[in-house]
Amino acid sequence: MNSPNATESTVRYRIDDVSHTFPGTDIEALKNVSLDIEPGSFISFIGPSGCGKSTLLNAMAGLLEPSHGEVMMNGISIDGPPDGVGIMFQKATLLPWRTTIENVLLPIELRDGVRAAKDHLDAAKAIIYTVGLAGFENAYPGELSGGMAQRAAICRMLITQPNVLLLDEPFGALDELTRERMDLELQSIASSRHATVVLVTHSIPEAVFLSDTVYAMSARPGRILEVITVDLPRPRTMNTLNMPEFAKYVGLVRTALNRGHGINE
Amino acid sequence: MSETSVSSKISSAASPMAKVVMGISRWFNSLPQAIAVAVVILTVLTGWEAIVRFGDVPIIILPSPLNVGEELLIVISQLAPGGFLAGELWITIQEVIIGFGIAVVAGFIIGLWVGQTKFGQKAIMPLFVALEATPKIAFAPVFIAWFGFGITSKYVLAAFMSIFPVIIGTAAGLVATSEDELKLFKSMKAKAWDVFWKLKMRRALPFIFAGLKIAIVAALTGAIAAEFIGGGIGFGEQIRLASTRLALDRVFALILVLSLLGIVLFSLVAWVQRRVTFWDTPNHRIAGKGKKKNLLVVGR
Repeated sequence: MNSPNATESTVRYRIDDVSHTFPGTDIEALKNVSLDIEPGSFISFIGPSGCGKSTLLNAMAGLLEPSHGEVMMNGISIDGPPDGVGIMFQKATLLPWRTTIENVLLPIELRDGVRAAKDHLDAAKAIIYTVGLAGFENAYPGELSGGMAQRAAICRMLITQPNVLLLDEPFGALDELTRERMDLELQSIASSRHATVVLVTHSIPEAVFLSDTVYAMSARPGRILEVITVDLPRPRTMNTLNMPEFAKYVGLVRTALNRGHGINE
Repeated sequence: MSETSVSSKISSAASPMAKVVMGISRWFNSLPQAIAVAVVILTVLTGWEAIVRFGDVPIIILPSPLNVGEELLIVISQLAPGGFLAGELWITIQEVIIGFGIAVVAGFIIGLWVGQTKFGQKAIMPLFVALEATPKIAFAPVFIAWFGFGITSKYVLAAFMSIFPVIIGTAAGLVATSEDELKLFKSMKAKAWDVFWKLKMRRALPFIFAGLKIAIVAALTGAIAAEFIGGGIGFGEQIRLASTRLALDRVFALILVLSLLGIVLFSLVAWVQRRVTFWDTPNHRIAGKGKKKNLLVVGR
Protein backbone atom coordinates (compact mmCIF):
# COMPACT_ATOMS: atom_id res chain seq x y z
CA MET A 1 0.00 0.00 0.00
CA ASN A 2 2.94 2.27 0.55
CA SER A 3 4.36 2.29 -2.95
CA PRO A 4 1.49 4.02 -4.86
CA ASN A 5 1.33 6.76 -2.25
CA ALA A 6 5.05 7.16 -2.19
CA THR A 7 5.26 7.57 -5.95
CA GLU A 8 2.19 9.82 -5.99
CA SER A 9 4.08 12.84 -4.73
CA THR A 10 7.16 12.46 -6.88
CA VAL A 11 6.02 10.80 -10.10
CA ARG A 12 2.90 11.61 -12.13
CA TYR A 13 3.71 9.31 -15.01
CA ARG A 14 6.10 6.39 -15.05
CA ILE A 15 6.89 4.94 -18.44
CA ASP A 16 8.63 1.66 -17.89
CA ASP A 17 10.48 0.04 -20.79
CA VAL A 18 7.68 0.64 -23.27
CA SER A 19 7.97 -0.81 -26.77
CA HIS A 20 5.24 -0.97 -29.34
CA THR A 21 4.81 -2.90 -32.55
CA PHE A 22 1.58 -2.26 -34.41
CA PRO A 23 -0.56 -5.41 -34.36
CA GLY A 24 -0.46 -7.40 -37.54
CA THR A 25 2.62 -5.58 -38.81
CA ASP A 26 6.29 -5.59 -37.98
CA ILE A 27 6.40 -1.80 -37.73
CA GLU A 28 8.20 -0.97 -34.52
CA ALA A 29 6.96 2.41 -33.35
CA LEU A 30 8.72 2.55 -29.98
CA LYS A 31 11.66 0.73 -28.44
CA ASN A 32 12.56 0.54 -24.76
CA VAL A 33 11.32 3.95 -23.71
CA SER A 34 11.58 4.66 -19.98
CA LEU A 35 11.06 7.92 -18.16
CA ASP A 36 9.40 9.51 -15.15
CA ILE A 37 7.38 12.70 -15.25
CA GLU A 38 7.07 14.80 -12.11
CA PRO A 39 3.77 16.43 -11.16
CA GLY A 40 3.54 19.98 -12.41
CA SER A 41 6.35 19.64 -14.92
CA PHE A 42 6.17 20.50 -18.59
CA ILE A 43 7.88 18.02 -20.87
CA SER A 44 8.15 17.67 -24.64
CA PHE A 45 8.78 14.80 -26.99
CA ILE A 46 10.46 15.97 -30.14
CA GLY A 47 11.57 14.00 -33.15
CA PRO A 48 10.98 13.42 -36.84
CA SER A 49 7.63 12.29 -38.21
CA GLY A 50 6.97 8.64 -37.48
CA CYS A 51 9.26 8.49 -34.44
CA GLY A 52 6.45 7.10 -32.32
CA LYS A 53 5.93 10.19 -30.21
CA SER A 54 2.19 10.22 -30.91
CA THR A 55 2.07 6.48 -30.16
CA LEU A 56 3.67 7.19 -26.80
CA LEU A 57 1.16 9.96 -26.10
CA ASN A 58 -1.75 7.68 -27.06
CA ALA A 59 -0.41 5.07 -24.64
CA MET A 60 -0.30 7.73 -21.91
CA ALA A 61 -3.89 8.71 -22.78
CA GLY A 62 -5.03 5.11 -22.45
CA LEU A 63 -6.04 5.00 -26.11
CA LEU A 64 -3.50 2.33 -26.98
CA GLU A 65 -1.96 -0.53 -25.07
CA PRO A 66 1.76 -0.87 -25.73
CA SER A 67 2.84 -4.32 -26.82
CA HIS A 68 5.57 -4.33 -24.20
CA GLY A 69 6.21 -2.45 -20.98
CA GLU A 70 3.94 -0.44 -18.76
CA VAL A 71 2.62 3.09 -18.48
CA MET A 72 1.64 4.07 -14.96
CA MET A 73 -0.14 7.15 -13.76
CA ASN A 74 0.07 8.02 -10.06
CA GLY A 75 1.45 4.55 -9.48
CA ILE A 76 -1.44 2.76 -11.18
CA SER A 77 -1.09 0.95 -14.47
CA ILE A 78 -3.13 2.56 -17.22
CA ASP A 79 -5.78 0.54 -18.98
CA GLY A 80 -8.28 2.76 -20.75
CA PRO A 81 -8.46 6.55 -20.60
CA PRO A 82 -7.65 7.72 -17.05
CA ASP A 83 -9.55 10.42 -15.17
CA GLY A 84 -8.13 13.90 -14.86
CA VAL A 85 -6.50 13.91 -18.27
CA GLY A 86 -7.21 16.46 -21.00
CA ILE A 87 -6.20 15.82 -24.59
CA MET A 88 -5.66 17.98 -27.63
CA PHE A 89 -4.84 16.99 -31.18
CA GLN A 90 -3.31 18.78 -34.15
CA LYS A 91 -6.81 19.30 -35.53
CA ALA A 92 -9.24 21.09 -33.27
CA THR A 93 -11.77 18.29 -33.95
CA LEU A 94 -14.75 20.44 -32.99
CA LEU A 95 -18.13 19.01 -33.90
CA PRO A 96 -19.47 21.34 -36.62
CA TRP A 97 -23.12 20.91 -35.57
CA ARG A 98 -22.41 22.23 -32.08
CA THR A 99 -21.76 25.81 -31.10
CA THR A 100 -18.49 26.71 -29.42
CA ILE A 101 -19.95 26.44 -25.93
CA GLU A 102 -21.71 23.15 -26.75
CA ASN A 103 -18.37 21.80 -27.96
CA VAL A 104 -16.64 23.01 -24.82
CA LEU A 105 -19.25 21.29 -22.66
CA LEU A 106 -19.06 18.00 -24.58
CA PRO A 107 -16.77 16.19 -22.08
CA ILE A 108 -19.14 17.04 -19.21
CA GLU A 109 -22.17 16.02 -21.25
CA LEU A 110 -20.63 12.66 -22.20
CA ARG A 111 -19.51 11.99 -18.62
CA ASP A 112 -22.43 13.27 -16.56
CA GLY A 113 -25.27 13.97 -18.98
CA VAL A 114 -26.95 16.97 -20.53
CA ARG A 115 -28.20 18.45 -17.26
CA ALA A 116 -24.71 18.43 -15.74
CA ALA A 117 -23.48 20.17 -18.88
CA LYS A 118 -26.08 22.91 -18.38
CA ASP A 119 -24.88 23.37 -14.81
CA HIS A 120 -21.40 24.05 -16.17
CA LEU A 121 -22.50 26.84 -18.53
CA ASP A 122 -20.95 29.54 -16.37
CA ALA A 123 -17.72 27.60 -15.95
CA ALA A 124 -17.55 27.13 -19.72
CA LYS A 125 -18.16 30.83 -20.34
CA ALA A 126 -15.40 31.71 -17.88
CA ILE A 127 -12.88 29.48 -19.67
CA ILE A 128 -13.97 30.75 -23.07
CA TYR A 129 -13.43 34.26 -21.77
CA THR A 130 -9.89 33.51 -20.55
CA VAL A 131 -8.76 32.29 -23.96
CA GLY A 132 -10.19 35.38 -25.66
CA LEU A 133 -13.18 33.79 -27.35
CA ALA A 134 -15.77 35.89 -25.54
CA GLY A 135 -18.65 36.68 -27.90
CA PHE A 136 -18.14 33.47 -29.86
CA GLU A 137 -19.96 31.15 -27.45
CA ASN A 138 -22.80 30.61 -29.91
CA ALA A 139 -20.71 30.60 -33.07
CA TYR A 140 -20.40 27.37 -35.01
CA PRO A 141 -16.93 25.94 -35.73
CA GLY A 142 -17.31 26.85 -39.41
CA GLU A 143 -17.32 30.46 -38.31
CA LEU A 144 -14.02 30.20 -36.41
CA SER A 145 -10.49 30.65 -37.77
CA GLY A 146 -7.89 27.92 -37.21
CA GLY A 147 -6.46 29.65 -34.16
CA MET A 148 -9.89 30.31 -32.68
CA ALA A 149 -10.87 26.68 -33.20
CA GLN A 150 -7.76 25.54 -31.29
CA ARG A 151 -8.65 27.94 -28.49
CA ALA A 152 -12.08 26.32 -28.32
CA ALA A 153 -10.36 22.92 -28.21
CA ILE A 154 -8.26 24.19 -25.29
CA CYS A 155 -11.46 25.17 -23.47
CA ARG A 156 -12.96 21.73 -24.11
CA MET A 157 -9.81 20.15 -22.68
CA LEU A 158 -9.90 22.36 -19.57
CA ILE A 159 -13.62 22.13 -18.70
CA THR A 160 -13.13 18.92 -16.68
CA GLN A 161 -10.34 20.57 -14.65
CA PRO A 162 -7.69 18.00 -15.64
CA ASN A 163 -4.33 18.03 -13.89
CA VAL A 164 -2.62 16.31 -16.79
CA LEU A 165 -2.62 17.77 -20.31
CA LEU A 166 -1.58 15.60 -23.25
CA LEU A 167 -0.99 17.67 -26.37
CA ASP A 168 -0.32 16.09 -29.76
CA GLU A 169 1.15 18.83 -31.96
CA PRO A 170 -1.68 21.10 -30.86
CA PHE A 171 -0.57 24.14 -32.81
CA GLY A 172 1.18 22.34 -35.68
CA ALA A 173 -1.35 23.55 -38.23
CA LEU A 174 -1.20 27.21 -37.20
CA ASP A 175 0.97 29.94 -38.65
CA GLU A 176 4.16 30.88 -36.81
CA LEU A 177 2.86 34.08 -35.19
CA THR A 178 -0.39 32.53 -33.99
CA ARG A 179 1.53 29.54 -32.68
CA GLU A 180 3.84 31.75 -30.60
CA ARG A 181 0.86 33.49 -29.05
CA MET A 182 -0.86 30.18 -28.35
CA ASP A 183 2.34 28.90 -26.72
CA LEU A 184 2.31 31.87 -24.34
CA GLU A 185 -1.29 31.16 -23.41
CA LEU A 186 -0.56 27.48 -22.96
CA GLN A 187 2.27 28.34 -20.58
CA SER A 188 0.05 30.52 -18.42
CA ILE A 189 -2.75 27.93 -18.41
CA ALA A 190 -0.33 25.20 -17.36
CA SER A 191 1.30 27.24 -14.60
CA SER A 192 -1.92 28.67 -13.19
CA ARG A 193 -3.38 25.16 -12.91
CA HIS A 194 -0.16 23.46 -11.77
CA ALA A 195 -0.88 20.96 -14.51
CA THR A 196 1.50 18.31 -15.72
CA VAL A 197 1.88 18.84 -19.45
CA VAL A 198 3.18 16.44 -22.08
CA LEU A 199 3.69 18.05 -25.46
CA VAL A 200 4.42 16.26 -28.70
CA THR A 201 5.90 18.62 -31.27
CA HIS A 202 8.27 18.80 -34.18
CA SER A 203 9.18 22.41 -33.53
CA ILE A 204 12.45 22.71 -31.63
CA PRO A 205 11.88 26.34 -30.52
CA GLU A 206 8.38 25.47 -29.28
CA ALA A 207 9.70 22.53 -27.28
CA VAL A 208 12.48 24.59 -25.69
CA PHE A 209 10.26 27.60 -25.04
CA LEU A 210 7.60 25.63 -23.15
CA SER A 211 9.42 22.75 -21.48
CA ASP A 212 11.31 21.97 -18.33
CA THR A 213 12.59 18.85 -20.02
CA VAL A 214 12.88 18.01 -23.71
CA TYR A 215 13.13 14.37 -24.82
CA ALA A 216 14.81 14.14 -28.21
CA MET A 217 13.67 10.99 -30.01
CA SER A 218 15.12 8.97 -32.85
CA ALA A 219 13.39 7.95 -36.04
CA ARG A 220 11.46 4.69 -36.07
CA PRO A 221 11.66 2.73 -33.88
CA GLY A 222 11.41 5.66 -31.49
CA ARG A 223 13.98 5.71 -28.71
CA ILE A 224 14.98 8.51 -26.41
CA LEU A 225 18.26 9.90 -27.73
CA GLU A 226 18.89 12.56 -25.18
CA VAL A 227 17.24 14.35 -22.30
CA ILE A 228 17.76 18.11 -22.28
CA THR A 229 16.83 20.01 -19.14
CA VAL A 230 15.85 23.54 -20.04
CA ASP A 231 16.89 25.90 -17.28
CA LEU A 232 15.33 29.17 -18.44
CA PRO A 233 13.52 31.50 -16.02
CA ARG A 234 9.70 31.41 -15.91
CA PRO A 235 7.41 32.86 -16.95
CA ARG A 236 8.96 32.84 -20.35
CA THR A 237 8.06 35.75 -22.59
CA MET A 238 8.56 36.81 -26.18
CA ASN A 239 11.90 38.19 -25.00
CA THR A 240 12.96 34.70 -23.99
CA LEU A 241 13.03 33.89 -27.69
CA ASN A 242 15.80 36.47 -28.14
CA MET A 243 17.98 35.29 -25.25
CA PRO A 244 21.34 33.70 -26.08
CA GLU A 245 20.56 30.89 -23.60
CA PHE A 246 17.39 30.12 -25.57
CA ALA A 247 19.45 29.83 -28.74
CA LYS A 248 21.91 27.62 -26.87
CA TYR A 249 19.16 25.15 -25.85
CA VAL A 250 17.70 25.14 -29.35
CA GLY A 251 21.18 24.28 -30.59
CA LEU A 252 21.55 21.50 -28.01
CA VAL A 253 18.27 19.88 -29.04
CA ARG A 254 19.07 20.19 -32.73
CA THR A 255 22.50 18.65 -32.22
CA ALA A 256 20.98 15.78 -30.26
CA LEU A 257 18.42 15.10 -33.01
CA ASN A 258 21.03 15.31 -35.76
CA ARG A 259 23.49 13.09 -33.92
CA GLY A 260 20.75 10.52 -33.52
CA HIS A 261 20.30 10.45 -37.26
CA GLY A 262 23.98 10.13 -38.06
CA ILE A 263 24.48 13.76 -39.00
CA ASN A 264 27.57 15.26 -37.45
CA GLU A 265 28.22 18.92 -37.18
CA MET B 1 7.71 40.45 -88.17
CA SER B 2 7.76 38.98 -84.66
CA GLU B 3 5.17 36.52 -83.42
CA THR B 4 3.65 38.85 -80.89
CA SER B 5 2.89 41.49 -83.48
CA VAL B 6 1.28 38.84 -85.69
CA SER B 7 -1.02 37.69 -82.97
CA SER B 8 -1.90 41.23 -82.02
CA LYS B 9 -2.68 41.95 -85.70
CA ILE B 10 -5.04 38.97 -85.78
CA SER B 11 -6.82 39.92 -82.61
CA SER B 12 -7.19 43.52 -83.69
CA ALA B 13 -8.44 42.41 -87.13
CA ALA B 14 -11.01 40.14 -85.50
CA SER B 15 -11.82 42.65 -82.84
CA PRO B 16 -15.07 44.27 -84.09
CA MET B 17 -16.72 40.89 -84.55
CA ALA B 18 -15.14 39.43 -81.39
CA LYS B 19 -16.23 42.47 -79.42
CA VAL B 20 -19.84 42.00 -80.45
CA VAL B 21 -19.74 38.29 -79.54
CA MET B 22 -18.05 38.99 -76.23
CA GLY B 23 -20.50 41.77 -75.51
CA ILE B 24 -23.50 39.52 -76.10
CA SER B 25 -21.95 36.72 -74.08
CA ARG B 26 -21.23 39.15 -71.24
CA TRP B 27 -24.82 40.39 -71.36
CA PHE B 28 -26.15 36.82 -71.08
CA ASN B 29 -23.76 36.03 -68.23
CA SER B 30 -24.86 39.10 -66.32
CA LEU B 31 -28.56 38.12 -66.36
CA PRO B 32 -30.12 37.30 -63.00
CA GLN B 33 -30.73 33.57 -62.72
CA ALA B 34 -34.53 33.71 -62.80
CA ILE B 35 -34.49 35.79 -65.97
CA ALA B 36 -31.81 33.57 -67.53
CA VAL B 37 -33.95 30.48 -66.91
CA ALA B 38 -37.01 32.26 -68.33
CA VAL B 39 -35.04 33.20 -71.45
CA VAL B 40 -34.08 29.57 -72.07
CA ILE B 41 -37.61 28.26 -71.50
CA LEU B 42 -39.15 30.94 -73.74
CA THR B 43 -36.63 30.19 -76.46
CA VAL B 44 -37.35 26.46 -76.37
CA LEU B 45 -41.13 26.99 -76.34
CA THR B 46 -40.97 29.47 -79.22
CA GLY B 47 -38.84 27.07 -81.27
CA TRP B 48 -41.21 24.21 -80.48
CA GLU B 49 -44.27 26.28 -81.42
CA ALA B 50 -42.59 27.36 -84.66
CA ILE B 51 -41.67 23.80 -85.66
CA VAL B 52 -45.20 22.51 -85.03
CA ARG B 53 -46.89 25.47 -86.74
CA PHE B 54 -44.70 25.85 -89.81
CA GLY B 55 -43.74 22.19 -90.12
CA ASP B 56 -47.38 21.06 -90.23
CA VAL B 57 -46.78 18.48 -87.50
CA PRO B 58 -50.05 16.69 -86.61
CA ILE B 59 -51.23 17.30 -83.06
CA ILE B 60 -51.35 13.56 -82.32
CA ILE B 61 -47.58 13.38 -83.00
CA LEU B 62 -46.50 16.58 -81.29
CA PRO B 63 -48.90 19.13 -79.83
CA SER B 64 -47.68 22.71 -79.78
CA PRO B 65 -46.98 24.47 -76.49
CA LEU B 66 -50.18 26.46 -76.98
CA ASN B 67 -52.20 23.22 -77.36
CA VAL B 68 -50.57 21.90 -74.21
CA GLY B 69 -51.29 25.18 -72.45
CA GLU B 70 -54.98 24.96 -73.31
CA GLU B 71 -55.13 21.36 -72.12
CA LEU B 72 -53.22 22.34 -68.97
CA LEU B 73 -56.03 24.77 -68.09
CA ILE B 74 -58.51 21.90 -68.36
CA VAL B 75 -56.27 19.66 -66.27
CA ILE B 76 -55.95 22.37 -63.63
CA SER B 77 -59.71 22.77 -63.46
CA GLN B 78 -60.00 19.01 -62.96
CA LEU B 79 -57.39 19.23 -60.22
CA ALA B 80 -59.49 21.68 -58.21
CA PRO B 81 -60.81 20.28 -54.91
CA GLY B 82 -63.45 17.68 -55.73
CA GLY B 83 -62.30 17.42 -59.35
CA PHE B 84 -61.76 13.87 -60.54
CA LEU B 85 -58.03 14.40 -61.27
CA ALA B 86 -57.52 15.69 -57.73
CA GLY B 87 -58.54 12.26 -56.44
CA GLU B 88 -56.17 10.49 -58.82
CA LEU B 89 -53.30 12.80 -57.88
CA TRP B 90 -54.00 12.20 -54.21
CA ILE B 91 -53.78 8.43 -54.77
CA THR B 92 -50.40 8.85 -56.44
CA ILE B 93 -49.16 11.15 -53.65
CA GLN B 94 -50.22 8.56 -51.08
CA GLU B 95 -48.35 5.83 -52.97
CA VAL B 96 -45.22 7.97 -53.05
CA ILE B 97 -45.38 9.02 -49.39
CA ILE B 98 -46.12 5.52 -48.09
CA GLY B 99 -43.58 3.87 -50.40
CA PHE B 100 -40.96 6.47 -49.47
CA GLY B 101 -41.83 6.08 -45.79
CA ILE B 102 -41.32 2.32 -45.96
CA ALA B 103 -38.03 2.86 -47.81
CA VAL B 104 -36.79 5.37 -45.20
CA VAL B 105 -37.56 3.18 -42.18
CA ALA B 106 -36.51 -0.14 -43.70
CA GLY B 107 -33.59 1.40 -45.58
CA PHE B 108 -32.26 3.03 -42.43
CA ILE B 109 -32.45 -0.20 -40.44
CA ILE B 110 -30.83 -2.23 -43.22
CA GLY B 111 -28.25 0.56 -43.67
CA LEU B 112 -27.40 0.36 -39.96
CA TRP B 113 -26.93 -3.36 -40.19
CA VAL B 114 -24.91 -3.21 -43.40
CA GLY B 115 -22.79 -0.25 -42.29
CA GLN B 116 -22.09 -1.31 -38.72
CA THR B 117 -21.18 -4.96 -39.14
CA LYS B 118 -18.07 -6.29 -40.84
CA PHE B 119 -20.13 -8.99 -42.53
CA GLY B 120 -22.60 -6.44 -43.88
CA GLN B 121 -19.81 -4.26 -45.21
CA LYS B 122 -18.04 -7.17 -46.83
CA ALA B 123 -20.89 -9.32 -48.12
CA ILE B 124 -24.06 -7.22 -48.36
CA MET B 125 -22.93 -3.72 -49.26
CA PRO B 126 -21.36 -4.67 -52.64
CA LEU B 127 -24.59 -6.44 -53.61
CA PHE B 128 -26.70 -3.40 -52.79
CA VAL B 129 -24.35 -1.14 -54.72
CA ALA B 130 -24.62 -3.53 -57.68
CA LEU B 131 -28.43 -3.62 -57.37
CA GLU B 132 -28.54 0.18 -57.28
CA ALA B 133 -26.82 0.16 -60.68
CA THR B 134 -29.39 -2.15 -62.27
CA PRO B 135 -32.56 -0.83 -63.97
CA LYS B 136 -34.75 -1.69 -60.97
CA ILE B 137 -37.86 -0.61 -62.84
CA ALA B 138 -37.59 -3.89 -64.77
CA PHE B 139 -38.79 -5.63 -61.59
CA ALA B 140 -42.16 -3.86 -61.87
CA PRO B 141 -44.04 -6.82 -63.45
CA VAL B 142 -42.68 -9.08 -60.73
CA PHE B 143 -44.21 -6.93 -58.00
CA ILE B 144 -47.51 -6.74 -59.86
CA ALA B 145 -47.51 -10.54 -60.03
CA TRP B 146 -46.72 -10.80 -56.33
CA PHE B 147 -48.90 -8.04 -54.92
CA GLY B 148 -51.70 -7.78 -57.48
CA PHE B 149 -53.29 -4.92 -59.32
CA GLY B 150 -54.39 -3.08 -56.18
CA ILE B 151 -52.60 -0.27 -54.42
CA THR B 152 -50.26 -2.59 -52.47
CA SER B 153 -48.09 -3.29 -55.50
CA LYS B 154 -47.74 0.48 -56.00
CA TYR B 155 -46.51 1.02 -52.44
CA VAL B 156 -44.09 -1.86 -52.81
CA LEU B 157 -42.62 -0.75 -56.13
CA ALA B 158 -42.27 2.85 -54.87
CA ALA B 159 -40.48 1.49 -51.78
CA PHE B 160 -38.31 -0.87 -53.82
CA MET B 161 -37.25 1.90 -56.19
CA SER B 162 -36.29 4.24 -53.36
CA ILE B 163 -34.81 1.98 -50.71
CA PHE B 164 -31.33 1.49 -52.14
CA PRO B 165 -30.17 5.12 -51.98
CA VAL B 166 -31.34 5.18 -48.34
CA ILE B 167 -29.44 2.00 -47.49
CA ILE B 168 -26.28 3.13 -49.24
CA GLY B 169 -26.46 6.65 -47.79
CA THR B 170 -26.94 5.34 -44.27
CA ALA B 171 -24.23 2.70 -44.52
CA ALA B 172 -21.71 5.06 -46.12
CA GLY B 173 -22.56 7.88 -43.73
CA LEU B 174 -22.05 5.80 -40.62
CA VAL B 175 -18.45 5.07 -41.56
CA ALA B 176 -17.72 8.70 -42.46
CA THR B 177 -16.69 9.63 -38.92
CA SER B 178 -12.98 10.52 -38.73
CA GLU B 179 -10.42 8.64 -36.66
CA ASP B 180 -9.69 11.83 -34.73
CA GLU B 181 -13.31 12.22 -33.71
CA LEU B 182 -13.53 8.60 -32.58
CA LYS B 183 -10.29 9.03 -30.62
CA LEU B 184 -11.68 12.20 -29.03
CA PHE B 185 -14.85 10.43 -27.91
CA LYS B 186 -12.86 7.45 -26.67
CA SER B 187 -10.57 9.71 -24.66
CA MET B 188 -13.67 11.21 -23.05
CA LYS B 189 -14.88 7.70 -22.20
CA ALA B 190 -18.06 8.17 -24.21
CA LYS B 191 -20.67 5.42 -23.94
CA ALA B 192 -21.31 3.39 -27.09
CA TRP B 193 -24.76 4.96 -27.45
CA ASP B 194 -23.30 8.49 -27.27
CA VAL B 195 -20.66 7.62 -29.86
CA PHE B 196 -23.48 6.46 -32.12
CA TRP B 197 -26.04 9.15 -31.42
CA LYS B 198 -23.90 12.22 -30.79
CA LEU B 199 -21.17 11.51 -33.34
CA LYS B 200 -21.66 8.81 -35.99
CA MET B 201 -25.33 9.61 -36.61
CA ARG B 202 -24.63 13.33 -37.06
CA ARG B 203 -21.77 12.59 -39.43
CA ALA B 204 -24.06 10.25 -41.38
CA LEU B 205 -26.88 12.77 -41.85
CA PRO B 206 -25.49 14.55 -44.94
CA PHE B 207 -25.03 11.16 -46.63
CA ILE B 208 -28.48 10.00 -45.59
CA PHE B 209 -30.08 13.15 -46.96
CA ALA B 210 -28.19 12.78 -50.22
CA GLY B 211 -29.82 9.34 -50.41
CA LEU B 212 -33.26 10.68 -49.44
CA LYS B 213 -33.20 13.26 -52.23
CA ILE B 214 -32.56 10.52 -54.79
CA ALA B 215 -35.09 8.27 -53.07
CA ILE B 216 -38.06 10.65 -53.14
CA VAL B 217 -37.79 11.08 -56.90
CA ALA B 218 -37.29 7.34 -57.33
CA ALA B 219 -40.42 6.67 -55.27
CA LEU B 220 -42.44 8.84 -57.63
CA THR B 221 -40.99 6.99 -60.61
CA GLY B 222 -41.87 3.66 -58.98
CA ALA B 223 -45.45 4.70 -58.20
CA ILE B 224 -46.08 5.94 -61.75
CA ALA B 225 -44.49 2.85 -63.30
CA ALA B 226 -46.65 0.59 -61.13
CA GLU B 227 -49.73 2.53 -62.22
CA PHE B 228 -48.72 2.17 -65.89
CA ILE B 229 -48.36 -1.57 -65.60
CA GLY B 230 -50.68 -2.47 -62.76
CA GLY B 231 -53.27 -0.04 -64.00
CA GLY B 232 -56.57 1.06 -62.60
CA ILE B 233 -55.69 3.97 -60.40
CA GLY B 234 -53.62 7.10 -59.99
CA PHE B 235 -52.07 9.75 -62.15
CA GLY B 236 -50.02 7.26 -64.13
CA GLU B 237 -53.23 5.57 -65.23
CA GLN B 238 -54.55 8.94 -66.46
CA ILE B 239 -51.39 9.43 -68.54
CA ARG B 240 -51.72 5.93 -69.96
CA LEU B 241 -55.38 6.50 -70.83
CA ALA B 242 -54.64 9.83 -72.54
CA SER B 243 -51.85 8.29 -74.60
CA THR B 244 -53.97 5.36 -75.74
CA ARG B 245 -56.39 7.79 -77.30
CA LEU B 246 -53.45 9.76 -78.74
CA ALA B 247 -54.28 12.89 -76.74
CA LEU B 248 -50.63 13.90 -76.51
CA ASP B 249 -51.51 17.45 -75.48
CA ARG B 250 -53.17 15.98 -72.39
CA VAL B 251 -50.21 13.64 -71.81
CA PHE B 252 -47.84 16.60 -71.82
CA ALA B 253 -50.10 18.59 -69.51
CA LEU B 254 -50.30 15.69 -67.06
CA ILE B 255 -46.52 15.20 -67.21
CA LEU B 256 -46.12 18.88 -66.36
CA VAL B 257 -48.24 18.46 -63.25
CA LEU B 258 -46.31 15.32 -62.32
CA SER B 259 -42.99 17.14 -62.78
CA LEU B 260 -44.24 19.86 -60.49
CA LEU B 261 -45.12 17.22 -57.90
CA GLY B 262 -41.61 15.78 -58.18
CA ILE B 263 -40.05 19.20 -57.72
CA VAL B 264 -42.23 19.95 -54.70
CA LEU B 265 -41.40 16.61 -53.04
CA PHE B 266 -37.68 17.02 -53.74
CA SER B 267 -37.73 20.59 -52.42
CA LEU B 268 -39.44 19.44 -49.23
CA VAL B 269 -36.66 16.94 -48.56
CA ALA B 270 -34.02 19.54 -49.46
CA TRP B 271 -35.68 22.01 -47.10
CA VAL B 272 -35.59 19.55 -44.20
CA GLN B 273 -31.97 18.79 -45.07
CA ARG B 274 -31.01 22.46 -44.85
CA ARG B 275 -32.64 22.69 -41.43
CA VAL B 276 -31.11 19.51 -40.07
CA THR B 277 -27.60 19.63 -41.52
CA PHE B 278 -27.24 23.40 -41.69
CA TRP B 279 -23.62 22.98 -40.59
CA ASP B 280 -22.80 21.03 -43.73
CA THR B 281 -23.54 23.84 -46.19
CA PRO B 282 -20.69 26.19 -47.11
CA ASN B 283 -22.61 29.28 -46.03
CA HIS B 284 -24.04 27.84 -42.86
CA ARG B 285 -23.16 30.98 -40.94
CA ILE B 286 -26.20 32.47 -42.61
CA ALA B 287 -28.35 29.36 -42.34
CA GLY B 288 -27.18 28.69 -38.78
CA LYS B 289 -30.53 29.02 -37.07
CA GLY B 290 -30.25 32.78 -37.41
CA LYS B 291 -28.02 32.93 -34.37
CA LYS B 292 -25.38 35.61 -34.04
CA LYS B 293 -25.66 37.22 -37.42
CA ASN B 294 -23.11 39.80 -36.32
CA LEU B 295 -20.45 37.09 -36.51
CA LEU B 296 -20.72 36.99 -40.27
CA VAL B 297 -17.97 39.51 -40.67
CA VAL B 298 -15.63 38.22 -38.01
CA GLY B 299 -15.48 34.54 -39.00
CA ARG B 300 -12.49 34.00 -41.23
